[in-house]
Amino acid sequence: MMLSVAGLSFSYPSRPVLRDVDFDLSAGDFLAVLGVNGAGKSTLLKCVNRILNPGAGVVLVQGEPAARLSRRELARRIGYVAQRQATGGTTVFDAVLLGRKPHIQWEASRKDLEVVQRALETLELEEYALRYTDELSGGEQQKVVIARALAQEPRVLLLDEPTSSLDLKNQLEVARIIRRVATQQRIGAVVSVHDLNLAIRFANKFLLLKDGEVFAAGGLEVMTPETIESVYSVPVAIQRFAGVPVVVPV
Amino acid sequence: MGTAKLVADPAGERAKTDPYRKFTGRKKAILAALVLLVFLMAIVALHAGAMNLDPRQVLRSILGDGGQVSGVVIWRIRLPRILAAIVAGAGLSVAGCVIQNNLRNPLAAPSTLGISSAAAFGANLAIIVFGAGAVQVSNTETITINSPYLVTVCAFASAMLAAVVILLLARIRGFSPEAMVLAGVALNSLFHAGTILVQYSAEDLQIAAVVFWTFGDLGRVSWREVAILAGLTAMALGYFTFRRWDYNALDSGEETAKSLGVHVERIRQQGMLVACLITAVAVSFLGIIGFIGLVGPQIIRRVIGGDHRYLIPASALTGSLLLLVSDTLARTMVSPVVLPVGAITSFFGAPLFLYLLVRGYRRS
Repeated sequence: MMLSVAGLSFSYPSRPVLRDVDFDLSAGDFLAVLGVNGAGKSTLLKCVNRILNPGAGVVLVQGEPAARLSRRELARRIGYVAQRQATGGTTVFDAVLLGRKPHIQWEASRKDLEVVQRALETLELEEYALRYTDELSGGEQQKVVIARALAQEPRVLLLDEPTSSLDLKNQLEVARIIRRVATQQRIGAVVSVHDLNLAIRFANKFLLLKDGEVFAAGGLEVMTPETIESVYSVPVAIQRFAGVPVVVPV
Repeated sequence: MGTAKLVADPAGERAKTDPYRKFTGRKKAILAALVLLVFLMAIVALHAGAMNLDPRQVLRSILGDGGQVSGVVIWRIRLPRILAAIVAGAGLSVAGCVIQNNLRNPLAAPSTLGISSAAAFGANLAIIVFGAGAVQVSNTETITINSPYLVTVCAFASAMLAAVVILLLARIRGFSPEAMVLAGVALNSLFHAGTILVQYSAEDLQIAAVVFWTFGDLGRVSWREVAILAGLTAMALGYFTFRRWDYNALDSGEETAKSLGVHVERIRQQGMLVACLITAVAVSFLGIIGFIGLVGPQIIRRVIGGDHRYLIPASALTGSLLLLVSDTLARTMVSPVVLPVGAITSFFGAPLFLYLLVRGYRRS
């Protein structure tokens, strides 16, 4: 098991956000975390790699409690892509090289540079290596931060709404890349998503949150119109179109 | 896929990173050029001054073989002054570089945190209230501060008090950049008000002594002070260099930095403390030298980029160069009168700063 979360709870002083969340993730899994705005999706991701400290519960990374790992060790195992990115005035190569930080002792080695080069190739960013990140389109910038997370050589990837600000083409491309990377590199990916169609098309596991609690979890079988209606309060139908399941509000 | 190729052709894979290595090679070349510029400027500064010395005399004096007068001019006056410019310029500028990173604000500087105004308040207190500035006006109308050490100690204590208060206040808010900037604004105005109140009861000569102190002047330092300043600046540079990857990570946002293994609060707390310390020491020894901490890192960032592996040493060298040029101008513009270097840096720094502001933050 790559990642195991049990009884995870988190509260801000004014209100509870997550209550007793459980889920498991195996190598190669693409887990879509679903729920309305404010359901606790981003908070859940941040609790997994201790950006926020959960009030209760256990997170096991490759069988070891995350709470006992140093930040550096955790960063070697879990890559994270935040919802909003600050794009500094660095080149794409430098931005991705930052992903090697948890591995670098004093200065980047030849191996570090090669890992970065491979991450750039995986995301098809080689041509942009020496371009500045703030000169890139939104889709390309998103690929840069995913490449940075891959350069960490993590076993688990946490991606917080990686497609929400992208156009249709880039949404599909980024989702495809995440699925491919998860399968090929045997990484477990936890991805919070708003677009149900994208989730249903690319993920193999689903975690539906409602009011900070797990409403449903499992494979494609949990994505029924009834479950989705209960979580989003919108009646939907699920139909197959050209072999692809599509969620349509009715 | 790249992975398959890596196994088959490691040399080919390595060659792919050549363009990046060339790119970082250029940055190293810029650093080397800056070192050379500082060195050349130091030689120019050794020659410049009220007493005309030709290169041979300078060299012989350095080797202890010149005349007694030129030996005193070189060893007691010019060399400590030049080294003070190099060391204080480096310290102030690198402090500005780290403060700009830690506060996520390109317009932040040591003065943003109220360190300089706190030091000025301390000096005012020493001169006016504690009597360190029982000033003498000799026949030549020069103003001398009787107990310069008391002034330095008070300025330093006051500056460090400001730093500690800011860090304590910021701690309550998890060292958020906003909290630190706002605390700095509040302290700045508090110390300004304190200074005005102290000065209100002062005599003319005390005011003159305070004004004299406030304009930064590199001529105040002896070898001992240069050594203290150099030691601290070297330690600070070492610490900042050690943390350079953390500062790069902070530039990508707090959450990303944490996910890359950075203890964000701890790094900010330590970075600000060290930056405040070198600023406080420089200001207490030399008086207020404005704009180096703001403009130094700003200028060189446009040339060398935002990567702290290169930005930290480059900021230090740029600060040295700026202060050295400013001080040489201060000594030679209306020679034999030596203008206060703090006024020169602000005079040329302010228009430069406005120019950078108008041009925005785009890379050139």
